[in-house]
Amino acid sequence: MISSIKIPAAPELSYLLRLADTCLISGQRLGEWCGHGPILEEDIALSNMALDLIGQSRALLTLAGQRSGESFDEDQLAFLRDEIDYRNPTLAELPRGDFAFTILRNLVLSTWLKLMWERLRDSSDAELAAIAGKALKEARYHQQHAADWAVRLGDGTDESHRRCEAALAQVWLYIPELFEDDAVDAAATAAGLGPAWSQLQEPWLAEIGEVLGEAKLAVPPAPTFRSSGKRGLHSEHMGYLLAEMQYLQRAYPGGAW
Amino acid sequence: MSTENEWPLWEVFVRTKAGLDHKHCGSLHAADPKMALQMARDVYTRRQEGSSVWVVRSDQIVASDPSDKDMLFDPAEDKVYRHPTFYKLPDSVDHM
Amino acid sequence: MYTQAMDTLREEGGDKPALRTAEEAQLQQRFDNRIDAGEFIEAKDWMPENYRKTLLRQISQHAHSEIVGMLPEGNWITRAPTLKRKAILLAKVQDEGGHGLYLYAAAETLGTSRDQMLDALHSGKAKYSSIFNYPTLTWADVGAIGWLVDGAAIMNQVPICRCSFAPYARAMVRICREESFHQRQGYDSLLVMMKEGTEAQRAMVQEAVNRWWWPCLMMFGPPDDQSPNSVQGMRWGIKRVSNDTLRQKFVDAAMQQAEVLGVTFPDPDLRWNEATGHWDYGAIDWSEFWRVVGGEGPCNRERLAARVRAWEEGEWVREAALAHARKFDLKEAA
Repeated sequence: MISSIKIPAAPELSYLLRLADTCLISGQRLGEWCGHGPILEEDIALSNMALDLIGQSRALLTLAGQRSGESFDEDQLAFLRDEIDYRNPTLAELPRGDFAFTILRNLVLSTWLKLMWERLRDSSDAELAAIAGKALKEARYHQQHAADWAVRLGDGTDESHRRCEAALAQVWLYIPELFEDDAVDAAATAAGLGPAWSQLQEPWLAEIGEVLGEAKLAVPPAPTFRSSGKRGLHSEHMGYLLAEMQYLQRAYPGGAW
Repeated sequence: MSTENEWPLWEVFVRTKAGLDHKHCGSLHAADPKMALQMARDVYTRRQEGSSVWVVRSDQIVASDPSDKDMLFDPAEDKVYRHPTFYKLPDSVDHM
Repeated sequence: MYTQAMDTLREEGGDKPALRTAEEAQLQQRFDNRIDAGEFIEAKDWMPENYRKTLLRQISQHAHSEIVGMLPEGNWITRAPTLKRKAILLAKVQDEGGHGLYLYAAAETLGTSRDQMLDALHSGKAKYSSIFNYPTLTWADVGAIGWLVDGAAIMNQVPICRCSFAPYARAMVRICREESFHQRQGYDSLLVMMKEGTEAQRAMVQEAVNRWWWPCLMMFGPPDDQSPNSVQGMRWGIKRVSNDTLRQKFVDAAMQQAEVLGVTFPDPDLRWNEATGHWDYGAIDWSEFWRVVGGEGPCNRERLAARVRAWEEGEWVREAALAHARKFDLKEAA
């Protein structure tokens, strides 16, 4: 069994890891659909998005490794951290649920990521800006795909509408975490690395509100619950996700893959 | 079993790069035009095959009847004078 | 990644059914002439009923094999050991889905809907390649499937690119082009573990190869002397090379690749035959093959149940999209 790597407590590194892990863990969840989609065409579409997200996470983890001062590579960061060192917002790690949940989570996260990538194109870190330029194209497609589906399902049958309402209610519990700032955001904005997450809230709400309106879905009330994945305190689902994801790296010390 | 609830079939045409024709490359099922276009992108351009995609409902295509093949296409067979190779020019102007 | 000579599973009647009219006899004659001249048959061309049935069965079984074939390797997507391997595996399994889609589309041109074909799969009436009823127990199985199962599949599939039924041939051209990376990625994955990995990894690779070797040899179908339909299949170009010939070709290629890799196959009778210029191999346990084809393999129930579950859980999604599209159509018409 390989022991975990230790992540230095640097706010700019945390900023990168929050973003990288959002892509990584979302990609991991979306990949679970491969072979199990509602129709073959959609199975293929979901896998394409998972591949985009994994690609984005690889670029970001590589960059985070370079910026960590420890020369970690993408796989050490992806597979050998303790759970508390994963910094994705909790929403990304929730089980894939039914197709309505997957679509609404994708809608929420792809819109968020799209807005984030738009801003990161102006990052003071030229490499991050380059990653953002490429990822933005992918996120725009993900957002469109999810929005179109949200409208079909929200304004489809009674059952699909009901499932969307239930999924949206669950997703909405985890939204505040996407827009609350802390010391990590302050450091990132000060360095010109990227925007504080709170800066995304207004455009995000506008875009999501438009889609939900077309989908005939009401915006749920603001929750009092606060998830905390981006500070390393995850849901119970995360441990199982990581146990599965990390298994081979942990079980075969010194292995070459 | 009933297939009335099956998503309709669409034919997919892909332009591989600017300047070329759209070429038929296959078909897929989709519930609506927008979905058909996205599915076409996801299914048929995974390896940079595309720069533009058309989708057409399969039931909207009008096709010639195979049994009319002789009538429709054989008459062109003896119109050899339509081809440049029919004309033998002196070597000195052979690049006309 | 299909294969297995599945036209042997259930035979259609005779070569030529009783013809009813002089006109049909003439059509049959013209069809036979076209086949013998190596021409392609398109979906709307006249074709004898048993040609249509045989093709529909073979293409739909091939399609089913692709989508059921997503499951054993799909098991490992969430557990892939590096992000590079995760991306490769996901892309590969996704490709299998694409191949299933191309094949269903080719079969649909024969007048049967995809839903009808899926119904046949889900109800257990249709077959798929029985290789996918074996479990993937370790990560090395992913590499072994790429190397051996896809390797066997490619040998079976390349000749079908010249099949007489044009929609099938076109689908196969696309599939073979896309599959060229599948076998390589598997072999590459095993090679890294064997050459740069640990003792535990090498043991894992050898153990996986041991389990997949015999089922792979069975993928080519029963021996030629027990495969009576081959003559018809050969004439129609849906089968161009005999089961035993392909199997021998596979063994010869695999032996050389195994040596480079540093693994062995679990067959004490494997030896080079100077006279034939081929590798001789031991007797295949055909009772196991028929047992797995007959539904008693290690994972038959799980594989089918997974497909049925995905289909049933997706029903409300498919209905909703259609309902939404119909609302939209009504608005357009108004």
